[in-house]
Amino acid sequence: MPADVQADALPGSIADDFNTRGRDWYVDRAVSVGVFVGGVSAIIFIIGIFIFVTREGLGFALGTLDLKEFFTSMNWRPTSERNPTYGILALMAGTASVTGLAMLVAVPFSLGAAIYIAEFASGRMRESLKVLVELLAAIPSVVWGFIGMSIMNPLIIDMFDVPVGLSVLNAGVILGLMAAPIMTTIAEDALKAVPDAYREAAEAMGATRWQVVFKVVLPAAKNGLMAAVLLGVGRGFGETMAVLMASGHAINIPTSPFDSVRALTATIAAELGDTARGSDHYGVLFTLGIFLFVVTFVINLTADIVVKGVGKKQ
Amino acid sequence: MSMFARTTLDQQNRRVEWLVKTLFLMMTVLLIVPVVLIMGILIQRGAPVLSWGFLTEVPTNGMTAGGIFTALIGTVWIVTVALIASVPIGVAAAVYLSEYAPDNWLTRAINLAIINLAGVPSIVHALFGLGAFVVFFGFGRSILAASLTLAVMTLPIVIVATRESLQAVPHAFREACWNMGATRWQTIRKVVLPNSISGILTGVILEVSRTAGETAPIMFTGAAAFLPFLPQGVLDQTMAMSLHLYVVSTQVPDVPDALPFGVALVLISMVLVMNATSIAFRVYLRNKRKW
Amino acid sequence: MVDATPKLSVRELSVLYGDKVALDGISLDVLPNEIFGIIGPANSGKTSFLRALNRMEEFDTNMTVRGTILFEGQDISAVRNVYALRRKVGVVFPLPVGLPMSIYENVAFAPKLAGIKKKAQLDDIVERCLTRAALWDEVKDRLDALGSLLSGGQQQRLTIARALSQEPELLLLDEFSIAVDPVTTMRIEDVLKELKDEITIVLVTNLVQQARRLADRTAFFLESELVEVAETEELFTGTVKDQRTRDYVEGRFG
Repeated sequence: MPADVQADALPGSIADDFNTRGRDWYVDRAVSVGVFVGGVSAIIFIIGIFIFVTREGLGFALGTLDLKEFFTSMNWRPTSERNPTYGILALMAGTASVTGLAMLVAVPFSLGAAIYIAEFASGRMRESLKVLVELLAAIPSVVWGFIGMSIMNPLIIDMFDVPVGLSVLNAGVILGLMAAPIMTTIAEDALKAVPDAYREAAEAMGATRWQVVFKVVLPAAKNGLMAAVLLGVGRGFGETMAVLMASGHAINIPTSPFDSVRALTATIAAELGDTARGSDHYGVLFTLGIFLFVVTFVINLTADIVVKGVGKKQ
Repeated sequence: MSMFARTTLDQQNRRVEWLVKTLFLMMTVLLIVPVVLIMGILIQRGAPVLSWGFLTEVPTNGMTAGGIFTALIGTVWIVTVALIASVPIGVAAAVYLSEYAPDNWLTRAINLAIINLAGVPSIVHALFGLGAFVVFFGFGRSILAASLTLAVMTLPIVIVATRESLQAVPHAFREACWNMGATRWQTIRKVVLPNSISGILTGVILEVSRTAGETAPIMFTGAAAFLPFLPQGVLDQTMAMSLHLYVVSTQVPDVPDALPFGVALVLISMVLVMNATSIAFRVYLRNKRKW
Repeated sequence: MVDATPKLSVRELSVLYGDKVALDGISLDVLPNEIFGIIGPANSGKTSFLRALNRMEEFDTNMTVRGTILFEGQDISAVRNVYALRRKVGVVFPLPVGLPMSIYENVAFAPKLAGIKKKAQLDDIVERCLTRAALWDEVKDRLDALGSLLSGGQQQRLTIARALSQEPELLLLDEFSIAVDPVTTMRIEDVLKELKDEITIVLVTNLVQQARRLADRTAFFLESELVEVAETEELFTGTVKDQRTRDYVEGRFG
């Protein structure tokens, strides 16, 4: 009899327990839904950016805009009363020249610095350099622009005896200094991701430190380093305030580093404030925004694919 | 003979080693020194205008005299509202990615979206803020619109920092809690978050620093070149430090030379102090492990 | 004992991680109040078996479980509140896990989850569980110290105290002595023998002799399969059917 009671009561109570979802269960569900919404918000925002920028620009881009002229004409005269033209070739040349020079400055130095920090510097030195690089990356772009105008500008005029110091050279160097810390950090991460076992194996075979770095570490980290450069390019391409302030902001296809130029991003920043919503000028600036969005999206996507390639191998 | 040969090879190797090392050190130094020099010039030329009055007085005479009080307070407004919007979303997203997300296409899409949010040019964020918050949602040019624009833009900073600090908590702790019958959320609240809160704070400080320095996204969404008064609420426009620096150095004639240097110095000090705090915090945490 | 309903009834249980089979169609029963030993070389599926009992696949999207597990006659895959199931099942891992909170909070964690709030009651549980896990005397003066900073052996006993604090009906131990010194191992083994009167224990061990000392019945797992289950003494006295079991028990491979 007691055995019967037990047999009935015990599984019964367990079944009740197992099948009752208490407050904790529901709280947990609610939280998981909440954080899911948070996670998905990143996607919503990126789509939102595309939609809202397109919404303001698409009407113009599909209606009034002559796409061939847009990409091939050097004439950017959106405010002309009689015959406004919307050619971004010169602006693209401006962006390309400044970004190109910036990469020329930043790539070797930041890769060199990353190699030194990751492979040669020891303990304390490494930590201090990393902190310093991180602080450099924090300087706001408007401050860089100001530095270009107020410090670099007179310096260039004096040094090279040119009439104007706001030029490809100025903006390129500024942009290079801006992009370098970020590229250094990403490149250093890529080098650190190379397993120590590789280095030890090479050293065990009698390779010296620099042989290890050149023959083993750099080839292994190749994709990560490429991604670092790509992200640097993306950064330079999208930079706005510093380029606006340091480049001279003149529509021009540059023939020398001392020419003033105008960048795509800077054009939007400089002109958007003077346009009326719905006007052609307003529309073309948003069209430029769509173009910038698409290009940076492709750059970031490429960098991501390049890095993921590394991930698979390891 | 062979002994001798090896010795010269060793010497040669050591010399190359030293050369390579020095070369890379020089590159590192060349990266850092110009910036340090520039900072020195900023301090040297900006310091003379710095005074208590510079911080607490409003700009006067068409911004050619007076202080930067309205811009400072405006930046505090913008940063605060941006944080209120982005920190909860960012932490939630990081918790999802670190604690819940399965390894599927959606998670990969979220990660890609985060990378892109960080990579989209700031001027495109500005266009988005204008099209979405100012026009579509009807907030007008206001602190709210500017802050939301910055919140979207800096969301990746909070997400990445938070996710990193959540993942620094060993997985074994989670399994131990689950095995005791704790729900995922109980585990997160009682074990994961308490042990990563400082890392999250580090990320938030970084976000503050970034938000305070951004210019392009607020130019057309809520920051004004000049306002003689302080904002009264989130639907007002405001001055901001970053835009103020742009305006006094490019848009206003007859500004005394030292004034923009002073503004730049204050702005950069704000940003660097916050970053340094964040770094110091991180180092302190690393030395104070609990397991 | 013979006619008792099994505590656990496992039928055709398979566990997969992605495409990799970790456990392939296991069937066995665990009886109430026995110590059920599981021996076998590394990667033979022992740990996967324990994880399946606790429905850990909920939190591991890579893990798939097939087959049925009845816990006191209840199909655990049909349990609507998996947390209630886990509270009935205590687990001790190979590597000790002291949570990064005070020793007291470590042990009071599960009771608090179960809704116990009174300080006196919690004090009582903490002392009782730490005593049972043979740790009380060493830590009673520093219950505020971090559980994660105790020595390995102490952390393992803390883990056992924590598993007991949730008043489980089934205690799963996964190679608990790996990170523990021999003296502590012996003390924990004594604790397990005492606990047997109240709860059912599944003991996964890499030490064949430990199974012999503690287990009433023992199962031998090999390459994701169950070779056989037998009274422990039969396994060691050579009356088992399968040559592989004999070879393993006698140390010819492992």
